[in-house]
Amino acid sequence: MVSINTDKPLLAHLLRRAGFGATFHELDRYSQLGYEAAVDELLHPERQPAIEEDVLERYFIDWKESRNIEGALTEFVYRMNAYAGGRPLQEKIALFWHGVFATGLAKVLHEKTMLNQIDLFREHGLGNFRDFLLHLAKDPAMIFWLDNNFNHKDAPNENWGRELLELFSLGVGMDGEENYTEDDVKNAARAFTGWTIDDDNVASIPFGKTPWLFRYLPEDHDDGEKTFMGHTGNFNGEDIIDIIVKQPATARFISRHLYNFFVADDVQVPAWQHTPPGDPEAIKVLEEEYFRSNYNIRSMLGVLFNSDSFKSDQARFAKVKSPAEVVVGTLHLLGDFKFPKRGIFEVALGCRYMGQDLLNPPSVEGWHAGEEWIDSGSLVERVNFVADQVSDIAQPGVRAMVDTLLDRAVELDPVSVINGCLELLGHVRLHEKNKEHLAGEIRSMLDQRSGLVAGSTEERLSAEKTVLHTMKMIGSSREYQFA
Amino acid sequence: MTSTNKDPILVVVQLTGGNDYMNTVIPYQDPVYYDSRKTVGVAQEDVLPISDDLAFNPALNAVKIMYDEGKVAVINGIGYPCPNRSHFRSMDIWHTCEPEKVGNEGWLGRAIRDLDPQAENVLTGVNFGRGLPRAMALTGVPVASVAVLETYGVLTGISGEQERAEALDLFSRMYSPILGTGPVMDYLGSTGLDALKGADILKTVPGQYQSSVEYADSIIGRNLQGIAKVLTANLGTRIFYTQQPGYDTHANQGPVHGVLLAHLSQAVRDFYDDLKEHNASENVLIYLFTEFGRRVKDNGSGTDHGAGGLAMAIGDPVKGGIYSEFPSMREEDLEEGDLKYNIDFRGVYGTVAEKWLGLDASSIVGGKFEQLDFV
Repeated sequence: MVSINTDKPLLAHLLRRAGFGATFHELDRYSQLGYEAAVDELLHPERQPAIEEDVLERYFIDWKESRNIEGALTEFVYRMNAYAGGRPLQEKIALFWHGVFATGLAKVLHEKTMLNQIDLFREHGLGNFRDFLLHLAKDPAMIFWLDNNFNHKDAPNENWGRELLELFSLGVGMDGEENYTEDDVKNAARAFTGWTIDDDNVASIPFGKTPWLFRYLPEDHDDGEKTFMGHTGNFNGEDIIDIIVKQPATARFISRHLYNFFVADDVQVPAWQHTPPGDPEAIKVLEEEYFRSNYNIRSMLGVLFNSDSFKSDQARFAKVKSPAEVVVGTLHLLGDFKFPKRGIFEVALGCRYMGQDLLNPPSVEGWHAGEEWIDSGSLVERVNFVADQVSDIAQPGVRAMVDTLLDRAVELDPVSVINGCLELLGHVRLHEKNKEHLAGEIRSMLDQRSGLVAGSTEERLSAEKTVLHTMKMIGSSREYQFA
Repeated sequence: MTSTNKDPILVVVQLTGGNDYMNTVIPYQDPVYYDSRKTVGVAQEDVLPISDDLAFNPALNAVKIMYDEGKVAVINGIGYPCPNRSHFRSMDIWHTCEPEKVGNEGWLGRAIRDLDPQAENVLTGVNFGRGLPRAMALTGVPVASVAVLETYGVLTGISGEQERAEALDLFSRMYSPILGTGPVMDYLGSTGLDALKGADILKTVPGQYQSSVEYADSIIGRNLQGIAKVLTANLGTRIFYTQQPGYDTHANQGPVHGVLLAHLSQAVRDFYDDLKEHNASENVLIYLFTEFGRRVKDNGSGTDHGAGGLAMAIGDPVKGGIYSEFPSMREEDLEEGDLKYNIDFRGVYGTVAEKWLGLDASSIVGGKFEQLDFV
């Protein structure tokens, strides 16, 4: 058996899931560390250096202050890409929670407040789930998104109370049973009365908008007795969260979400009440870790990434990449936009064209994933985006891949070109049949030119062209759409 | 419906951002209008009357001529219960016909499925724009989404003709079914091949198209011209979709809204004339809609998101005229400061689906709703 520490395809798999893929230089470094140390490093993004905030401020104050949707989307995508090398899981977990606690500018209409929520996901998304939910309950974007600012002592609004149970913790049901009753929803809502936002800081052009803040109004809180999931008391919101996190249903719900996002595409949320997990063993292990670690997401992910089911061959390429993974993963591979420059908004819009309008999910249920990402419109966008980017020799990452490949061999043959490209693009796989198809094309390209690499400048340029074409075709393949 | 042997074709134009209904079809005799619209109101002497009470915005001059020819149905007060004032949610509702829960299937996706159940033609539905509007999304229903007709397709970054042809050939081999790779790979494969097939057919279109009509330059003009090119190539497309963005006129509405309407109006006229020249106007119905109207009272510069809105059906098959009533603008009749809708949009979709496309409306719009007789 090959030593696990030198298994670069496995590390590439880990980085595709825990991050946005890795360059071949990064994989060299991770393989020096070894798999378990790599997992440990990923789980602690805070130990890696932060990007320089003042660079953003200096070059693009309008992104930094995100006074509009363009700025906000740019900031989100810029940050994901900027951290894809050093703190990938910090960004990946933020993207994960953005899909689960799906809040959108469609209603919030306040970019800075929205981005503060994403920051909350970055900061607490790997931590204790109880504390995280409590932060979420106090998050101004969430409060506004689910109308908790209209949840009053005399006139309760159940929107937040319901979604907290249905979409953020317990889920409607599991094993065919219901997880909570309508009375539980009502009492949860009552417990969160008075949890509202400051509404006196309106937009003040030209200085941009000031973010909303959480405010608790004791006089608007219903302090009466409530019965919630079999417990009775004069509950406040925090008590509700304490009860929620102890439920086996919450362990199941979070475990299934983590599995679907990090391991493999399984059935999606609406089906969970009646459809058991595809891999019940893997879910059980995560549920146990949830309770053992006192609801710690980082610990659950540690168990997940180190599990045999995650490392297994079946888990490789078992997910259709989300549009954000396609866009950010490609930018990272190319080494593009690591420093602020114009044009990133247009690139960021790629996510929208591919069906994932970041900061603007279709609803509080988030995006449907897996094969539902794909339709003929979005597939054309994916193929063209990746094909154009990975064959652009002006990109530093592409230049590095091409030079590395050409420096390796004196002579090119189709199979070594393909295998070399697949490896450098992040140990991507291509079905044997498709490799044959591609090899045929390369063979005819090589026939038309000289196949030699170590010759004149002209020959080198011609070889470059062959490699770039190969990368383009791999980038446009079906297989490349899988993470 | 006029008698024709040609299949009926529907062209949907989405006015994105929430078109200000009250400044498109103006109740020009009503003092309440002028009281409410102190800043953005259109002066009585400028409007183009279509009845004793209602008039078009002067920017709609070209559409007014078509109205006088009996080719324009103005559908007043269109909306749905408990209106949502978020662009995205409201647009979703119009796209899916699901005001209560979140739906993933588009009404036009269902119409395309019913028109072409075996998905024999990958171009039964064609969208002009980037990405697929949810209105056309339905799993298993191929729709071509065309940003620019001349460059539509995959691997458009390859410039050499021969080189691109070879790459596309390779692409099609790499997307062909491979036994045992699973349903998701199969699905991606067939989707990729559908896109390729659509592009293959569409690439012949620009070369075939000839017209004496010169479209006025605008986004909507370019998109409608693209549609005319595909439509007159007779590829069997039954449903076209495109949009004109920019209607979210919270501020500085006066000049902005006028320009949008002028672009729209001229583009529709050019498109109609183009079809007419190709002897293709008899079987084309143009349907315009927006996600909501805007508040009755202006905000001193523009107008904010409102409810009850406007739709129009335009073309030879349309029985022109005014349908449904303009909702009352009186304070006591408003709902949260907005016009109350008086015709459910699903009934209007149903009219189009049933009376124009000849489909069963209830499965497309999710139930039975009052229909109109503009076709």
